Amino acid sequence: MTPRLETVGMDSLIVRLFETIDEANMPWLAAADSALREAFGSALIDLVPSYTTLLVHYDVVALTPGEARERIRTALTDLAPASAEQGRRHVIPVWYDESVGPELPRIAERLGTSVADVVERHCARDYGVFALGFAPGYGFMGLVEATLATPRLKTPRQKVAAGSVGIADRQTAIYPLRSPGGWNLLGRTAVTLFDRDREGYSLLRPGDRVRFEAIDRETFIAQGGDTTPLEEREERP
Amino acid sequence: MTAATTPGLRVERAGPQALIQDAGRFGVRHLGVTQGGALDWVSLGWANWLLGNPPETPGLEIAIGDLELRIEASARLALAGADLGATLDGRPLPNNASFAVEAGQRLAFAAPVRGLRAYLAVPGGIDAEPVLGSVATVTREGLGGLDGHGRALAAGDTLGWRGQGCADRVLPRDVVLPPEAEAALALVPGAQIAHFAGDSVFAAFNREWRVDDRADRMGVRLLGPELHCRLSGMISEGIPLGAVQVPADGQPIVLLNDRQTIGGYPRLGALTPLACARLAQLAPGESLRLTPTTPAQARRAHLAQWARWHADD
Repeated sequence: MTPRLETVGMDSLIVRLFETIDEANMPWLAAADSALREAFGSALIDLVPSYTTLLVHYDVVALTPGEARERIRTALTDLAPASAEQGRRHVIPVWYDESVGPELPRIAERLGTSVADVVERHCARDYGVFALGFAPGYGFMGLVEATLATPRLKTPRQKVAAGSVGIADRQTAIYPLRSPGGWNLLGRTAVTLFDRDREGYSLLRPGDRVRFEAIDRETFIAQGGDTTPLEEREERP
Repeated sequence: MTAATTPGLRVERAGPQALIQDAGRFGVRHLGVTQGGALDWVSLGWANWLLGNPPETPGLEIAIGDLELRIEASARLALAGADLGATLDGRPLPNNASFAVEAGQRLAFAAPVRGLRAYLAVPGGIDAEPVLGSVATVTREGLGGLDGHGRALAAGDTLGWRGQGCADRVLPRDVVLPPEAEAALALVPGAQIAHFAGDSVFAAFNREWRVDDRADRMGVRLLGPELHCRLSGMISEGIPLGAVQVPADGQPIVLLNDRQTIGGYPRLGALTPLACARLAQLAPGESLRLTPTTPAQARRAHLAQWARWHADD
């Protein structure tokens, strides 16, 4: 494990640990995250882990670029992967339905199978949270089984409802708030992904594991879900 | 919303881009929460300095203009940054200065004369409840601002301030001078610059760039020579302020305060925070040049700016 340090700005460095996306990266990234937080202390402004890297944004009043590099090198010497059991496991109930997941029938058609079978495949495994980004609490998860892999929409939707569950290539994610988006939508959850009043704010953290569980419309409504269909016509005038 | 300490300003009319801003939201970017904060943090800093506030005190970022405020309490306010044709009861106000206001007067911003964003400082800062450590308004994320949910100012809002008396300072002469005709923006080259074609790197630093009209608080697109990078389909990684990303069309986008936290386009490097502040005042069609700098040089310039604000503390 020889991390590479890259200058990316006046007060920011990228620590590159890997070259490819792999769930096996996660324990290493978690360990690097803890080590860097400890090494920088109050001189750390932000630390952004992603699939293969960590962005270190440090306080230039406290540290010179050379000192920042030195702290990173020292912190990552003899790095050992964190315990794989550190992340939490979430079971997220999803109402899979064409009205809120318009790509569901299209994917079923492409695979020559039923909608129920697509749902079953999406629910069949635990997904690791690789990174948070795009929006507060938006977790990039994977990998979905290879047959489900679907490229992003050519034209992103202007409005995707909060709680929408989607697929892009072999990744899956939940939109925490209403936003534009180009992922293929399968359904919707009533779970709140980002809550300013929750300890730590975001339900998902890198390294967590997520399992989707299919629920029916009534259960979704009972959980506070919004059944308003995605109105495509309105979005593409 | 908290009860305002002093009800100071009532919004009579507001365009889409009058936003409460401070230095931004930090320590939460790993959750996908963007930085936010004043785009031209230098002008917010000077506006606050004029009143004796710390440079990052919450103020109003007024983009383009189209804003009318009714004064509810007598006080001293300050303006810095763009000249948006500000008037008090119809009389032109000096930009980059503090001025006295009295209850009942009308403070209005018309349209840009020079620059794009004006910063209004009030005694002790605008009173708003911080969300995740900051009052910075990020509409897209529904965070910050007067209501805490990222809403821009709207007619009927009342802004209060936290302080009473304040300093009455005059800006140093070199700050009020008009900016140079063609902005030179300092860029710290990033490691990925090695993957750009040699002539593209040469062009980046030697040709003129123009600000595109696709420009907002997330980023500003630049028009100029087409840049070619050998990297494609990168894995998303954290993006620093000022990152100059180059998508497949070869036209760079400078990512600013409201940028997404991670992304996968190759990058030339990042503008320094000082250069980002300068860019935030350039209107579409204006030209600029990129000049390479090192992290150490950029840091010295950055610390020098902060030292000016603290020189007579």
